[in-house]
Amino acid sequence: MDTIFGVPTQALFGQLLIGLINGSFYALLSLGLAVIFGLLNIINFTHGAQYMLGAFTAYLLLTKAGLGYWWALLIAPVAVGITGILIERLLLSHLYKLDHLYGLLLTFGLALIIQGVFRNEFGSSGQPYPIPPQLTGGQNLGFMFLPNYRAWVIVASLVVCLATWFMIERTKLGGYLRAATENPALVQAFGVNVPRMITLTYGFGVGLAALAGVMAAPIYQVSPQMGADLIIVVFAVVVIGGMGSILGAIVTGFGLGLIEGLTKVFYPEASNTVIFIIMAIVLLLRPAGLFGREK
Amino acid sequence: MAEAATVARTVAPAAGDGLDERGVEFLRLTGVHAFYGESHILHGVDLTVHRGEVVTLLGRNGAGRTTTLKAILGLVGRRTGSIMINGRESVAMAPYEIARLGIGYCPEERGIFASLSCEENLLLPPVVGSGGMPLDEIYAMFPNLRERRASQGTRLSGGEQQMLAVARILRTGAKLLLLDEISEGLAPVIVAKLAATIRTLKAKGYTIVMVEQNFRFAAPLADRFYVMEHGRIVEGFAAGELGAKMGMLHDYLGV
Repeated sequence: MDTIFGVPTQALFGQLLIGLINGSFYALLSLGLAVIFGLLNIINFTHGAQYMLGAFTAYLLLTKAGLGYWWALLIAPVAVGITGILIERLLLSHLYKLDHLYGLLLTFGLALIIQGVFRNEFGSSGQPYPIPPQLTGGQNLGFMFLPNYRAWVIVASLVVCLATWFMIERTKLGGYLRAATENPALVQAFGVNVPRMITLTYGFGVGLAALAGVMAAPIYQVSPQMGADLIIVVFAVVVIGGMGSILGAIVTGFGLGLIEGLTKVFYPEASNTVIFIIMAIVLLLRPAGLFGREK
Repeated sequence: MAEAATVARTVAPAAGDGLDERGVEFLRLTGVHAFYGESHILHGVDLTVHRGEVVTLLGRNGAGRTTTLKAILGLVGRRTGSIMINGRESVAMAPYEIARLGIGYCPEERGIFASLSCEENLLLPPVVGSGGMPLDEIYAMFPNLRERRASQGTRLSGGEQQMLAVARILRTGAKLLLLDEISEGLAPVIVAKLAATIRTLKAKGYTIVMVEQNFRFAAPLADRFYVMEHGRIVEGFAAGELGAKMGMLHDYLGV
């Protein structure tokens, strides 16, 4: 059997694949967090619960309405995004003039409530969600076996991340967003409806979390706790990438997924902590994060 | 008011682009109070600006001139009184609605966005009225901005940033320009360029309210002056009376 540094290539590529899959979700989730933090200055602790809501929407659409994965991919981000818009209008919008801490407390409390309700309703064990029939099976690449669904997740996540990056960094609408992130009062004084932009941005960030949730359902199962487990790592990713940095969120998301995968191969004992070790080092050397701007 | 409009039309015949109805009241503040949280900054400001006029607000730092501009735009914590813009009461409007009445704002700190290129900064403010200046004309007026179009906004020199901050509100079709300390901290050659720009804009029929510390910059440009002190207008006079008012200005401003 072939080996690299004494590690079987099968195991190495297998772990790299898992790393890329995890990285896909880190990137999607930290991207939403970065967009929201940039404009709203709120650390959205509800993000994990909203990712879970996306997965549960897919699960409920399938079991209650008979609508499969592709419908869920469309409906869940919109539906959960709308709940986000309601949360912003009814709750978050009252907190902008207060200290950041209040937004953090509110979103953290909301996450606990949402997760509690779902645990009550569905129990804490995971519900299986089938891989859509079009994406079952896989490809033998010679050096490893690549399941089709996992390839789809990586490609879809990359496409969504790049499309979001393009929209924010290269379009007129994105220009408003970047400008409002720097100086919302002036952008309003130019005639842009900034409050509406803030509402839609929160809805969009939440929709991204729900999209990630739908994509995760066939891989990780659907459980009330799925977001809470992931979100801690995602926050570390955001801190490493730099709060509010779009490119930072994407690159760090995929990069840290891979590093985590490699750690599982070469030093499995550290695989659960490696991201936090990197976070500590980055914070010491570059407190604003790898891609962040010092304020 | 209707009478004034008729008179104005006979003085400056309208060409129909909205810029030529000179003399018509464009902006009227009546008893405007403004607050930031608990601080009461403006204590009943009354002022009137007519179409095509250049009006300068003079006063010491902290007299409330910048706050007056911000109060017009709705950028203060709270404001009361009446602010009529183009015949519309705007005191209950959101800032973005006020801007759409045809106002362009150049803040004291210039407000150039670091995450936008020079040209992105220039193209950022949305159109709020008809007859905005075409981009080519703006670049002809400020050739430096064309050269630096791809540079990051905040990499521009102070003078270029100031030109950019003025240029970007000319594209939008705003007819009333609120300019806060545009000559501050700039080299004399740039200040001269800005003075020429103000003259060009005035000739084109723009209405301009300037806050200026630099009396020598403002004096030859303005049609009328208001002097502010402790959040109130304490004097208002036309450019022709400037000579007679110098003694009073010495007392208020130390110029």
